[in-house]
Amino acid sequence: MTYEELLTEIALSDERFIVMTAENRALVRNIPGKLGNRFIDTGITEQTMIGAAAGLALRGRIPVVHALASFLSMRAFEFIRTDAGIPSLPVKLSSFIPGFLSDGNGPTHQALEDISLMRGIPNMTVFAPADEDDLVKMLPQIWDHPNPSYVRINTRKTDYAHTPFELGKAEVISTGDDVTILTYGLMFEQALIAAEMLKNEGLSVGLVNLRSLKPVDERVIIEVTRNSRLTVTLEDHFLTGGLYSIVAEVLLKHGLTASVLPFALNEKWFKPSLLPNVLEYEGFTGKQIAERILGYKTFYKQPGIAVPQFAE
Amino acid sequence: MQNVIANTTDLEAVALKVREHIIKMSTDGGCFVGASLSAADLIVYLYSEFLNINKDNLNDPDRDYLFLSKGHDVPALYGTFVEMGLLDADRLKNHLSVSDNIYWHPNTKIPGIEFHSGSLGHLPSVAIGVAMDLKIKGSTNKVVCIMGDGELNEGTCWEAVLVANAYKLDNLIFVIDRNQFQANMATEDLIPLEPLHDKFTAFGAAVKRINGHDFDALNEAFSAYPFQTGKLNVVIADTVRGKGLPSIERRADRWFCNFNATEVDDLLKEMHGEHLTQLTSETLVVR
Repeated sequence: MTYEELLTEIALSDERFIVMTAENRALVRNIPGKLGNRFIDTGITEQTMIGAAAGLALRGRIPVVHALASFLSMRAFEFIRTDAGIPSLPVKLSSFIPGFLSDGNGPTHQALEDISLMRGIPNMTVFAPADEDDLVKMLPQIWDHPNPSYVRINTRKTDYAHTPFELGKAEVISTGDDVTILTYGLMFEQALIAAEMLKNEGLSVGLVNLRSLKPVDERVIIEVTRNSRLTVTLEDHFLTGGLYSIVAEVLLKHGLTASVLPFALNEKWFKPSLLPNVLEYEGFTGKQIAERILGYKTFYKQPGIAVPQFAE
Repeated sequence: MQNVIANTTDLEAVALKVREHIIKMSTDGGCFVGASLSAADLIVYLYSEFLNINKDNLNDPDRDYLFLSKGHDVPALYGTFVEMGLLDADRLKNHLSVSDNIYWHPNTKIPGIEFHSGSLGHLPSVAIGVAMDLKIKGSTNKVVCIMGDGELNEGTCWEAVLVANAYKLDNLIFVIDRNQFQANMATEDLIPLEPLHDKFTAFGAAVKRINGHDFDALNEAFSAYPFQTGKLNVVIADTVRGKGLPSIERRADRWFCNFNATEVDDLLKEMHGEHLTQLTSETLVVR
């Protein structure tokens, strides 16, 4: 099932749903004809769209709003914080092309602080699916929840069949004593590859999909850092405010420390190009991740990386 | 809708009481007294004559809505709520007390407040969302959003006009409290707004411009609602900052005021036609 099919099915079966967009229609192309006046395109007005979504929610609606991640999380930030956050209205944010998924657009479109910004808003919930299967498994619960939400939309396909979603719970893919990779979103694909390579090198490797970033699964973070000699945080986000920070906050809260190796963008934007080139250039392919953890080069071949299908 | 004013004198009496509440709130920490006094007649008129909102239907989805986007004039709204029987007059004495929720900007813990405000340029879009839902549901209820003229510096006000125009929201009325001042100075000396009527017309709205202190003029304008089928309604209400108190009227330096007890007593007398007040408190307490 695709994102659009799921949204269409839920919106058709529940009159409360309103689908909104600030003229980013890539994922809702066929919805206008099906939903009629419950589809609202406010044009290129992220702020007005969020204010209107709050007004609709005030009337009992559940608006699912769409815009590019960088403009949704930053251009409209104060509207999200003030109009959806303060009253805790069920405004459901679907952010397109977050992180590396903005590939060739350039730094204007690079949402690399969205997790940091959104999780800082009281009442807001934050999610980052590993792929399309993870996405469609989590959305029904997220949209059914009374709080506002921010979802880093990721419609990429992987071969991995995810376990059922539970709000606030991580998905533990595997456990290991030597190294455990904590990741979310797009980087899950490369984490799977890296974990496989590390296992082939004889390491005991854990992998966790932190699909629910707020609320976050503190228990899993603590267990991983207790049971694994090295914890790796892997994310297409600035080093500040994302998963690396979340892990630090959880450990400090519980009076713990750990050896943590972060993969994130440290005080920099990434080089714009097509996604496979971006990952290679920035050192985020599965092979590069594995080799940095190992501390030596290997003979493994990096599997191909699919180019995103749209970059609106 | 009641579209005939039974007695303009009654509304004037209510507005005078509302002004008393505002002046009484302008001490012990103060309030945005100038902006509240300019909007007082508008707010009294809208609740008394135009809007289907009363203490018995506050939670009824089948009611009208008023959004106060220029939230700093909330003393005028609370004063009106007291006169409508929505709010106990004694609670106004809790202004700025942590024991209550009456502070410089509106919040929904006070019955009758539809949405919090304070950050300018937000409620035009929130009002659009409510107006859109009323349209989808086929409701004939109407939505008023009061904005300040200084607030019109915010681009999101104009974004909202474009979107309201696109969605033909003729159930939505933007009311501009055109008191000619923003925080520190005259609007026309900072970011000129005129010709304001033409600006809104060019953006696709049906516009009326009237004296915002004349109840008959207000009634004539709002009785023509909806001004034009399929168009956003805009009322530019020409008002006077500090209206009712000659000693602070039209003064750039009397926006936020924190008067002492003597000044408050004198201002109350001044409002009832006695001598001008000798103001000694600091002018323009910048907030």
